[in-house]
Amino acid sequence: MTEQNITAEGLIRLSAAGLAEKLRAGEVTAVEATQAHLDRIAAVDGGERGVNAFLHVNAEEALAVAAEVDAIRAAGGAEAEALHYLAGVPIAVKDLIVTVGQPTTAGSKILEGWHSPYDATVVERLRAAKMPILGKTNLDEFAMGSSTEHSAYGPTRNPWDLDRIPGGSGGGSAAAVAAFEAPLALGTDTGGSIRQPGAVTGTVGVKPTYGSVSRYGAIAMASSLDQIGPVTRTVLDSALLHQVIGGHDPRDSTSLPEPLADLVAAAKTGSVQGLRIGIIKELHGEGYQAGVENRFNESLELLKEAGAEIVEVSCPNFQYALGAYYLIMPSEASSNLAKFDGVRYGLRVLPEEGPMTIERVMGATRAAGFGDEVKRRIILGTYALSAGYYDAYYGSAQKVRTLVQRDFDAAFAKADVLISPTAPTTAFRLGEKLDDPLAMYLNDVATIPANLAGVPGLSLPGGLADEDGLPVGIQLLAPAREDARLYRVGAVLESLLEAKWGGPLLAQAPHLAAAPALEAQEAK
Amino acid sequence: MAAINRDDVAHLARLAHIEMSAQELDRMAGELAVIVDSVKSVSEAAGDDVPATSHPIPLTNVFREDVVGHTFSAEQALSGAPDSDDNRFKVPAILDEA
Amino acid sequence: MSTDTILSFEEAMEKYDPVLGFEVHVELNTKTKMFSSAPNVFGDEPNTNVNEVDLGMPGVLPVVNKTAIESSIKIGLALNCKIAETCRFARKQYFYPDTPKNFQTSQYDEPIAYDGYLDIELEDGTVFRVEIERAHMEEDAGKLTHMGGATGRIQGADFSLVDYNRAGVPLVEIVTKPIEGAGSRAPELAKAYVAAVREIVKNLGVSDARMERGNVRCDANVSLRPHGRERFGIRSETKNVNSLRAVEHAVRYEIQRHAAVLDAGEPVIQETRHWHEDTRTTTSGRAKSDADDYRYFPEPDLVPMVASREWVEELRATLPEPPAERRKRLKADWGYSDLEFRDVVNAGVLDEIEETISAGASASVARKWWMGEIVGRAKAADVDPGHLGVQPATIVELAKMVEDGKINNKMASQVLDGVLAGEGTPEEIVEKRGLAVVSDDGPLLEAIDAALAAQPDVADKIRGGKVQAIGAIVGGVMKATRGQADAGRVRELILEKLGVTA
Repeated sequence: MTEQNITAEGLIRLSAAGLAEKLRAGEVTAVEATQAHLDRIAAVDGGERGVNAFLHVNAEEALAVAAEVDAIRAAGGAEAEALHYLAGVPIAVKDLIVTVGQPTTAGSKILEGWHSPYDATVVERLRAAKMPILGKTNLDEFAMGSSTEHSAYGPTRNPWDLDRIPGGSGGGSAAAVAAFEAPLALGTDTGGSIRQPGAVTGTVGVKPTYGSVSRYGAIAMASSLDQIGPVTRTVLDSALLHQVIGGHDPRDSTSLPEPLADLVAAAKTGSVQGLRIGIIKELHGEGYQAGVENRFNESLELLKEAGAEIVEVSCPNFQYALGAYYLIMPSEASSNLAKFDGVRYGLRVLPEEGPMTIERVMGATRAAGFGDEVKRRIILGTYALSAGYYDAYYGSAQKVRTLVQRDFDAAFAKADVLISPTAPTTAFRLGEKLDDPLAMYLNDVATIPANLAGVPGLSLPGGLADEDGLPVGIQLLAPAREDARLYRVGAVLESLLEAKWGGPLLAQAPHLAAAPALEAQEAK
Repeated sequence: MAAINRDDVAHLARLAHIEMSAQELDRMAGELAVIVDSVKSVSEAAGDDVPATSHPIPLTNVFREDVVGHTFSAEQALSGAPDSDDNRFKVPAILDEA
Repeated sequence: MSTDTILSFEEAMEKYDPVLGFEVHVELNTKTKMFSSAPNVFGDEPNTNVNEVDLGMPGVLPVVNKTAIESSIKIGLALNCKIAETCRFARKQYFYPDTPKNFQTSQYDEPIAYDGYLDIELEDGTVFRVEIERAHMEEDAGKLTHMGGATGRIQGADFSLVDYNRAGVPLVEIVTKPIEGAGSRAPELAKAYVAAVREIVKNLGVSDARMERGNVRCDANVSLRPHGRERFGIRSETKNVNSLRAVEHAVRYEIQRHAAVLDAGEPVIQETRHWHEDTRTTTSGRAKSDADDYRYFPEPDLVPMVASREWVEELRATLPEPPAERRKRLKADWGYSDLEFRDVVNAGVLDEIEETISAGASASVARKWWMGEIVGRAKAADVDPGHLGVQPATIVELAKMVEDGKINNKMASQVLDGVLAGEGTPEEIVEKRGLAVVSDDGPLLEAIDAALAAQPDVADKIRGGKVQAIGAIVGGVMKATRGQADAGRVRELILEKLGVTA
């Protein structure tokens, strides 16, 4: 393809930064770029074997925003100068984040058809940057799951293999970005819901430092763990998007008052010389797929060759992290989800028999509106907080949090950045773990410690596993507020890996080379 | 910590306002027993001297000035309501004294 | 509607010793709500003082109102409490349609103020110390209206309507320790305690303190034990007793009811009771049960509050003089008798008299005007005396005119009517209405002659030494002069005329 005559196929494969440059140079218009992505969504997302990344497509509004950007650019002058770097670059938003003018379902029947009367802070910031919002992406109901199979609106498929899960809970955002339906997406990460889908779809996902991105308007699962973050195909794109959505928000009491260091500059530093990178002893080896281990070791070699110092650190209390997480998360979720009761918004279901009291209407509404996994977590959380159990469960879990933080503190005394595989395995098959909640929970073993401690984490593609040819994720972790380090190391590792592969990993995806391939698959 | 049984789940489901069939209660009791068993090590992990962490990044005194901001019209407030009457949310009878 | 057996209060007191406890909820008069920037206003159209936070919409987060924190600290200080160095909010979880999130954000084990006391002065001057356990912050719920059914009550209603305007209004809940030793004065103490709390928060300016609007709401706990026993009996909690009179009556009723239950050898049930103003009785509410598992945990969407010593001292410095101390000071300054002062307090004109005195009136004149003239008029107009529209300067001016002999007291009262009717300044009204003391003796003597001639028998009696009969003649003169004569002077002239010395 030539710069002057880029095809729609070429357009959707550009990184967000690449697309932004072409928009600024006037080589393409925002309307063309937005339309190309909408066409791609139409081509690959629907149908029986479509990716099903989107729950709602927002074509009209997205095109209107794109047209506005084009008009401003065409008019030139101060207003054009003031346009954000990413103006006109389209984005998809996880359907856990509220948006005016589009439905927000949280992947649940209980919110089917609900329209938020207010925008999330991050959505306000996307609008201020004039980024067209392509639509809302699929997720496990209320972000509870690691496979997106718990969506009330059907599972999302992994673009690498349509019979496999795209990770979760943010499988929709990751799959949309992996399938070139959107260059950028927003996710939310409570225990790994951005990073684990990133790992299994060969994309980049970042969980920012807790409090560095406002949670206002992200439907809460576990308030002390939730964080909104970027889902992209390159590390630089994540840094760019992180800077759009980040920064203090007075509507979120847990929002950090001070800004982070320049993340985009960090992604452009280009060196890891002299940086100490710590391997967390407890987060690889036993329980991790061999192909995952191989790719992980390969990345370590590359970083060492680039001048980084590899050290080993131990975080012994991480063994309790999963258990603590599965007490804190359901406890907070059981409380946060109490508001869905059929009184003020959303579904109302009347009891089929017996007295028609509000108590029973609430009970019937929640019985019909919530799926099994949500009910499981609400009951578990209700248990962990109930009289007589609080100290043993919720209280103890909050203490484990302190121990996990201490482990991180000790590790970061020895290393500037920590590294591990993002998930123990590559994408598993749809349905494979659906009936085994515990096996499903184990997917999050490497991502959860960062949520408990509030530290930032980034997952980037580390190559394909030998045994199944599916993407492997590499996770980088940094101390709280040091998100910039992730972008610095992530961008260097990404460029080293791409040099090795001869291009982005997604270019190797069998079904993604061109839209017709997917369509052929669909026809089978 | 006793194992979680069907009666426990029934009690929890009442607290959580989720109606459950007998079959559901049985299944949930089985699943929860496994999960609860898997997390029990947590209660022995930390000693009494370890403080609890409720917020990963500690902040204090985050306040708002007492200045009036935006409000909804009654129409906006009620726009998503399953039922309403006379600009108010309508709910079936409340049997408080049950 | 109540079928409870009760004992007479006297008999109950003979047999049992009451222990009281109060939870008083005070609505703060901040401009905005506890956790949202929606306005905290009473009486607006339903569901218009709300935004997404108050409605518990998906995705919303609370942010604490700084003024509400400061008001709470001030209340704590006024109740002689310690202020917590750090404290937090928690979630109290229960499903109810007036609670938008199905949990109330409230302080649980870390109240902002604790360990205080309040000295309560009873009517006879006895001072009773009530220990305060804690004062903590929480948010109010929305308002439910029960429709259909006959009574408008919750029982038998067909459906209910919810208005969330009040949802999220900041509350401070003041909880006493068990109050022992009040004996038969328990009902009086109950009323005096709630009155004192109400006065304090009003004086601090942190609440409108209007009980009829629910700004101050009282839950009263009552238990009885046989005299001499240390262990408390089982208590009942009478909810939402929302006037001072009702607090007194509810405590008295519950004492009588408990006594009858105990007398019958039955156990008192630990339950909430509902107060009924019409019958002055309580009825059974909800019994405490296992279902009351509120699953409190620290509110993860809010961060801890730290009240530095500097901040607390800064707030302490802004506190007004405590009402009880102020009363003591004013009583001494003004030289009123106990009775006079209590009447002034009960009439609610303490502030007005103080203002009138500082405008230049003497303490006795100020009291005479407010208690003798204005309180009665306010009662007739059904408004607070302070809201009748009488300016302290007007009273000073009227008092001066009387003192100067320009008008007499009766005329002054008429002038005040004129001022209230908007006829102008006192001077203008005297002019317009032709009110002036007739001081020229000429016309008076004519009137006296006429009066004596009209009642010769009375004149004879006076001549005969029965001076007290003079009233009839004075009355005749006053009538003839349409009240414009100086009655004292008239009396002198009559005696002079009849040659009698008084």
